[in-house]
Amino acid sequence: MKQVLTGNEAAAIAAKLARVKVISAYPITPQTAIVEKLAEFVANGELDAEFMKVESEHSAMSACIGAAAVGARAFTATSSQGLMLMSEMLYIAAGLRLPIVMANANRALSAPLNIWCDQQDSMAVRDSGWVQLYCEDNQEILDSILQAYRVAEELMLPVMVCFDGYILSHTAEPVDVPEQEEVDDFLPPYRPRHPLDPAMPVTMGPVGVPEYYQEIRYMLHEAVRAARDKIVEVDREYGKRFGRRYGLVECYRSDDAEIILLTLGSLSGTAKDLIDRSRKRGERVGLVRVRAYRPFPREVLVKALEHAKVVAVLEKDISLGWAGALFADVSCALANVEGAPLLMNFICGLGGRDVSPLQIREALRAAARAAEVGEVKRPVRWLGLREKLVGLGI
Amino acid sequence: MVEGDILKIIAGAVITEPGNTAQTETGSWRNFRPVIDEAKCTGCGMCWMFCPEPAISKGKPARVDYRYCKGCGICANECPFKAITMVPEGRD
Repeated sequence: MKQVLTGNEAAAIAAKLARVKVISAYPITPQTAIVEKLAEFVANGELDAEFMKVESEHSAMSACIGAAAVGARAFTATSSQGLMLMSEMLYIAAGLRLPIVMANANRALSAPLNIWCDQQDSMAVRDSGWVQLYCEDNQEILDSILQAYRVAEELMLPVMVCFDGYILSHTAEPVDVPEQEEVDDFLPPYRPRHPLDPAMPVTMGPVGVPEYYQEIRYMLHEAVRAARDKIVEVDREYGKRFGRRYGLVECYRSDDAEIILLTLGSLSGTAKDLIDRSRKRGERVGLVRVRAYRPFPREVLVKALEHAKVVAVLEKDISLGWAGALFADVSCALANVEGAPLLMNFICGLGGRDVSPLQIREALRAAARAAEVGEVKRPVRWLGLREKLVGLGI
Repeated sequence: MVEGDILKIIAGAVITEPGNTAQTETGSWRNFRPVIDEAKCTGCGMCWMFCPEPAISKGKPARVDYRYCKGCGICANECPFKAITMVPEGRD
C-alpha cells in the first residue's frame, strides 16, 4: 500500500516488517525519529520486540551485538557523532560476524558542530567490515533494509543502510509499503549458526593470536567480497516479489556517455535532472550511482565507466589533505584498466550545503573542458565554496 | 572446528569445541625456565595447584611441560621446599 512517509518513517516501518526482536538505540539528530517510531510500535503492541534504552551509542551497538549473538534479529539507527562513538563496536560486530542491520542517517561530523547532511560519518567507518548501501530515496530505504537482513543473515555480516539526513530522513515521499505476509515469505526468521546458548556452549570473541588473526581477517574480507554476489541475488529475488530492483550500481543514460557523473545517495536525483537537460541539448552525458559502496563493486563500475572520456565524482565527504573517498576508490578500481577515463573529484554539499543544479552544471562544464583538452590539471575541486569567506592563515 | 589435526577457523572465530587452547604452545614466550630439583621435591602438588597454565603435572617429582610453560615463576615462588629454580633460557 502506498503511504506518504519520511525516510525515517520508512526505515522504522522496514524494521517492523522485518520483525526485529531487539532494538537498541540512543537518540541523535537526524535519526531520532526512527527509533521513536519503533518505540511507539513496541509500546502499542504492533511490534513484538525488546526496546533497550541505553546510555550511549557505544552501548547501543554492544547491546545489538549481544542480541545478535544469542540469535535475535537486531536493529539500531544512528548518525554522525553517534556512529563515531559506536565505531569500536562496529569493528567487533563485523569481526564476530553478527548480522546486525543499522540505519545511518548521514550527517556531518563535528567540529564545528553541524547537524546537517553530508556523508563523512559513514565514510569514516567504511573499513569496518560492514556492508554499506547508500539510498537515493525513501522507497529505497525501506527496500534496502528488508534486503539487508537477507544479505546479513546469509553471509553473517552486519549491514549499514545509509541515507542522507534531512534530505531523505525528514522529507516525505510516497512509499509502497509491502504487506507483512509478503515480507515474511521473503525474509524467514533468523537462524544463527553458532548462537550463544547454554545448552551448546561456544566461545565468542577469543584472542586471535598472530598464528590465527590474519586468517580470520582474510575470512572477513572474503565474506564482504562475497556480499557483491549476494546483494545482486537478494535484489533479484526482491525484484521478482516486489517489483523494485536496485543492483550494486545504477546506470542512468550512461551507456554512450562521454562524461559520466559518479554519485552516492540523494544527490543523484538532482544530478539526473541535469543529465536530462544536457541530453536535450545533445550532450552525451550520463550518471552512475554507487549503491553498494562496501563491498566496492569494481567489476560493474569498470564496465559502466571505462568507455567514458571523463568521470566526475561528486561526493559529500573528504579524506582531508587528499581527496574524496569515492574518488580514491574509483581511481583504485580503474588502475590497470587500459584507456581508463580521466577522473575528476568535486567535493560538495558538506554540512548541509545545498548542492544546486548550478553547481552540478559547473562540474559538467569542467568535465567537458577536460574531455576537450584530454587532461585534468586540478583533480580535486570544491563546488559551491564561498571563497571570499575563507581566511587561510588567520 | 578440528579436521584431522588441523584447526579450521569458523566464521567470526567462534570456538565450538573446548580445549583448543592446547594448540597454542606458549612455551616460546618463556625467558626463565623452572628446573625442579628432584631430590628436594616431595610431590606435595603446590606448584601444580598454582601453575596458571596448567603446565605442571602432579607427582613425585612434579613435571613441567615446557611446550606450555611461560616461565612466570609462580611455581618457584610457591614451592615450600625451594625445589624449583628459575634458570635464564639460553643458559645451561
